[in-house]
Amino acid sequence: MFLQQLINGLTLGSVYALIALGYSMVYGILELINFAHGEIYMLGAYLGIIFLAFFTAVGLTAHNLPLALMLTFVLSIIFCSSYGFTIEKIAYKPLRNAPRLSPLISAIGVSIFLQNYVMLTQGATDKVFPAFFGVAGFQFMSVRMTYLQLFIILSSAVLTIALRLFVRKTRMGKAMRAVAQDKTMASLVGINIDTIISLTFIIGSGLAAVAGLMVAMYYGLVNYSIGYVAGIKAFTAAVLGGIGSIRGAMFGGLLLGLVESLGGSYISGEYKDAYAFVILIIILLVKPGGLFGKADLEKV
Amino acid sequence: MLKLNGIHTFYGPIEALRGINIEVKQGEIVSLIGNNGAGKSTTLMTISGILKPQAGDIVFEGEGIGGMPPHRIVEMGISQVPEGRRIFPRLTIKENLEMGAYTKFKVQLDKIFELFPVLKERQKQLGGTLSGGEQQMLAIGRALMSNPKLLLLDEPSLGLAPIIVSKIFRTIKDINREGVTVLLVEQNARAALKLSNKGYVLETGKIVLEGKGEYLLINEQLKKAYLGE
Repeated sequence: MFLQQLINGLTLGSVYALIALGYSMVYGILELINFAHGEIYMLGAYLGIIFLAFFTAVGLTAHNLPLALMLTFVLSIIFCSSYGFTIEKIAYKPLRNAPRLSPLISAIGVSIFLQNYVMLTQGATDKVFPAFFGVAGFQFMSVRMTYLQLFIILSSAVLTIALRLFVRKTRMGKAMRAVAQDKTMASLVGINIDTIISLTFIIGSGLAAVAGLMVAMYYGLVNYSIGYVAGIKAFTAAVLGGIGSIRGAMFGGLLLGLVESLGGSYISGEYKDAYAFVILIIILLVKPGGLFGKADLEKV
Repeated sequence: MLKLNGIHTFYGPIEALRGINIEVKQGEIVSLIGNNGAGKSTTLMTISGILKPQAGDIVFEGEGIGGMPPHRIVEMGISQVPEGRRIFPRLTIKENLEMGAYTKFKVQLDKIFELFPVLKERQKQLGGTLSGGEQQMLAIGRALMSNPKLLLLDEPSLGLAPIIVSKIFRTIKDINREGVTVLLVEQNARAALKLSNKGYVLETGKIVLEGKGEYLLINEQLKKAYLGE
């Protein structure tokens, strides 16, 4: 029972971690809590349904399922990244020098807009995501893990490691860290700040698309409002780990998934969504910088 | 090489530069001296494109650069060591230098390590862990990584021990001898003028005095106000 919940929790946590990375990266660079980020995740799930329906209609899913799924992932990532890129240009960039509250409110506006946009075009009822994997999996003693769970945990681990390597080792990744630390100085060494900010939104949105698709596959149901709760939970995960840190987002996500899953089975499933917020409150009270956060807010 | 014609720059609601003219010729060291708040840093930030001039034009090697984005200006060959050095605290020394070469696709660290051997020893350390003098060396090294034609230095001696200050000034001279033109902003007027071909004195956004370095050093008016005699 415990091990089983551990696996369920890790699966869920991997998804939170992927969404949290997007929050964390944008916050690291712009000090903006991008409330529209959860909606990008929701769009990823819907786009997945749309593309899969298309590939089913043209017969690709029946003919070559892995290829159809791969294309669905790639296309959803491209679309979500374009959404992220465009949202930044329209809703945040014009407010870059405004007081900090303005872009925050703009972000909430984008979030409301996207929810209603999807509700109007896709309907308010749940959409079913075709179950391709079913419940196939493997058994190890009393613990069962589906292939889908394994896929979710592995892909989110691979993506997180890839992102970390990108930020640590590449020229663009280092520029990203430089921009996060001192924008004026980054301009003075010749970094185009706008390019780096766009890149941040593109990467974050791409990761959210993957998360959305994986959750849709896992639960089999999609609704226009799923971005809201997932967004707030991922935000909690980011704060829990220490917002601005990649490692923090990953561990925060996993920890939150585990707490939800274990709390749901040992305490009460009814309060599943509440655990995240209890954790958020405790962290904000006890260690506002998060588990892997900077010891103090710099700004010398 | 660089010409500022009638530059007006606002810093918020304050008119920080009220029509200044400055000329820097190829191969020179030109210093800009003046008290706090005179507009020295504003001048450099305007040249680098961080602040946009309200009026006037900036010409660098025959091309108008006023209003160009900062990264384009770095690509044109102007690089700045800003006031307070502004080392990226959570990047390593090596990464700080690599960022200096962001506009170049080739990173050449050897020359900088030759100039400042201490940076080589500590290249894996985080920028924030260096002492003030080492940070200044790193800031200068970082600015040189883009192979600039013109180097803007803002108060390189600020807050450093006298022995380090003279080392920094010697380095500036060496860099200039290698062919880099220098525009130096300093409160340490005497040291700056000794080094310079030409100097400008800035007072509340206006140039009040200009001339050859040795001429300004013996100028009575200047002696009273800035050289503490």
